[in-house]
Amino acid sequence: MKPRQQRMALIAGVLVGVVVAVGFGFRAFQENLSYFFSPSDVAAGKSPTGRSFRLGGMVVNDSVQREAGSLTIDFTVTDFANAVPVRYTGVLPDLFKEGKGVVVRGQVGADGRFVAQEVLAKHDENYMPPEVKDALAKSRQAENK
Amino acid sequence: MIPEIGQFALVLALCLALVQATFPLLGAALGRTEWMALARPAAAGQFVFVAIAFGILEYAFLTDDFSVEFVAQHSNSALPAFYKFTAAWGGHEGSMLFWITVLAIWTMAVTVGSRSQPEEFASRVLGVLGIVSAGIIAFSLLTSNPFLRLAPAALDGNDLNPLLQDPGMIFHPPMLYLGYVGVAVPFSFAIAALLTGRLDKDWAKWTRPWTVAAWLCLTIGITLGSWWAYYELGWGGWWFWDPVENSSFMPWLMTTALLHSLAVTERRGIFKSWTVLLAIAAFSLSLLGTFLTRSPVMVSVHAFAADPTRGLFILSLLGLISGGGLLLYAFRARALEAEGGFKLVSREAFLLANNILLVIAAVAVLFGTLYPLFIDALGGGKISVGPPYFNAMFLVPVLPLCALLGLGMHSAWRTMSADALLRRLKWPAVAAVAAGVILPFVFFRTASVLAIVSITIGIWVCVSSMLDPARKLILRTGAPLTRGHFGMCLAHFGVGVFILGATVASAYNLEVDVSAKPGDTVKAGNYEFVFRGMKRVQGPNFVADEGEFELRRDGKLLTVLTPQKRVYRVQQNPMTEAAINTNPARDVFLALGDPLGDNAWSLRIQVKPMISFLWIGSGIMALGGVLAITDRRYRQLRQKPAVRVEAVGAA
Repeated sequence: MKPRQQRMALIAGVLVGVVVAVGFGFRAFQENLSYFFSPSDVAAGKSPTGRSFRLGGMVVNDSVQREAGSLTIDFTVTDFANAVPVRYTGVLPDLFKEGKGVVVRGQVGADGRFVAQEVLAKHDENYMPPEVKDALAKSRQAENK
Repeated sequence: MIPEIGQFALVLALCLALVQATFPLLGAALGRTEWMALARPAAAGQFVFVAIAFGILEYAFLTDDFSVEFVAQHSNSALPAFYKFTAAWGGHEGSMLFWITVLAIWTMAVTVGSRSQPEEFASRVLGVLGIVSAGIIAFSLLTSNPFLRLAPAALDGNDLNPLLQDPGMIFHPPMLYLGYVGVAVPFSFAIAALLTGRLDKDWAKWTRPWTVAAWLCLTIGITLGSWWAYYELGWGGWWFWDPVENSSFMPWLMTTALLHSLAVTERRGIFKSWTVLLAIAAFSLSLLGTFLTRSPVMVSVHAFAADPTRGLFILSLLGLISGGGLLLYAFRARALEAEGGFKLVSREAFLLANNILLVIAAVAVLFGTLYPLFIDALGGGKISVGPPYFNAMFLVPVLPLCALLGLGMHSAWRTMSADALLRRLKWPAVAAVAAGVILPFVFFRTASVLAIVSITIGIWVCVSSMLDPARKLILRTGAPLTRGHFGMCLAHFGVGVFILGATVASAYNLEVDVSAKPGDTVKAGNYEFVFRGMKRVQGPNFVADEGEFELRRDGKLLTVLTPQKRVYRVQQNPMTEAAINTNPARDVFLALGDPLGDNAWSLRIQVKPMISFLWIGSGIMALGGVLAITDRRYRQLRQKPAVRVEAVGAA
């Protein structure tokens, strides 16, 4: 090959690589976007069905229930306007507590119960996940109207 | 009184940084030697005052001076002494002062290491470092002063976040900061070269050891952070694609690309503009990382402070520094002519591919990290990008990158015949593929396509990178092995070891959550856990529920594991302290969940084969970097000036 052709081949190879990578990227991106909804959004039917999303709010006091010795736990998440029952099976993060903020990732089941695959609590005891803070502020605004 | 001295020292350091930022640059532009000569004394003075400020902050921590707000917020009289010491960088204000200290250390090293370089060039390098330093010191003084007093003084401190009370925290932040901030050095070399208009092989030779030094600190820092997350965050993951992890990883990817591009510039005098762009991009990403971790946009253990003015300040600084760099590049890029060409099969071509693939990986990570922030800022709601995106987007460029690595290492500069390359690497490649296909089935009985491909590539990288050293050290043929070359081979071998560890630990990870009562036996894979009981343990500043478990394999007792659930007295946060039994082949990981009532506890059990290869592989990479820096080429570079300085002294 002449130098010119070589350079063209190189550029073509790079271009094909970039296009393939970008294609893969957008597909992976679309599939892995996870949206955040508040309990009020869920009550209003804004949340998707059959697709997982994140739900955040406060864990209602005295709502945590579990059968002794079982890994499955039931609790209620609220933004003080609406509440959604949640079920989770597994080990809970350290910062999960009644009366504190929480974000759970999962899907709403046929019975209206949110089945969580993951419970996130990446904040310290006083700090609220920003999503939850916004959601609470919104529901408070709606109340005052 | 003493904390005020600290603040005053910081103000003086700012003044000296401003001197260092203006006179040497002006002097170099106007050809005034007496102005250029200010660069080194100003940098040294700045170093002294920054060290005083940092020393005083440490003193305030060690003497429990709770009249200082930052100390009151992040320490406690019951905190063990060395955690008091590390608490100085356990919060926002202190970590910014630490950033400044680290930059002063690097600047000091540059004043010593640059003595062999032309005065005009060295003053420009120090001038650019002065600009960066002045910006960050101003940031610290104006928005996050660590010496702020609390009136009245607190009776006792609020304690350090329990997650940070860990030996890993002694080394992780300093190493990471050394790396983060160290990228400022190649950046200032690049800017200085653009200003001088002299961007040649010498320049690349001067820049390379600094880049390797920053890179190896980043490598160690990121690895320690990942290791810490693995054993301390409690749930056994080692990489979460958390925005903060990403913000340290992107500069790493860029610096890795820069290292390779510099190699080409030094050897062949080409890829010049690209190298300069990478240096600017690497430092911009490291500033962006500072912005992301120091602003309210992010939630994680790293997000200390939620103060919008801080974010805005750093963002403006980022705009100024990288925008200025790019503008200068735009004006000067035409001067950067290539001094030669290369063929499609040649080391240059493989290094170009390396650079493109690394940059693609960095851009993919950047996109996934920033997209949710943009959408949120535009009012599009809160979204998050899941780890599968990052895993896929990272593997797509990185697997071919590693496959090409072996080829690149064995091709010659300028041109290489594809036949010769094939002849050289045919058998190692066949062996790697055979091992990659057979070994997973021998050891684990199953294998996914991705696991086979990744294991093959891991073995291929290990084998191909050791061919040269083996030939030279064992068979004693060919030219003697230089430290630079051996360091390069070793670092690549480390990459291979890392790939094997990462692949096997994630593909063959066994993870179960179970409920168990004292007296129960839980089985996981070949292992049995006999729950002997729970007891209460008192620590210096915490109480813990400790479980006692016999770890057995085929009925034989291996060890006793004692995972804990701690509650720290001051902050009252529960904390999981996992118990890990390590050997080179696998880690057995046991974490205590919550009491489930009826005496039962939830447990998370994980068996992670070969996970120690991850840390070992990264360690080998860093060791390769150390070897490369100590290569004789760079030592000679430093010996020359010593002679000149003596001569000046004698005169």
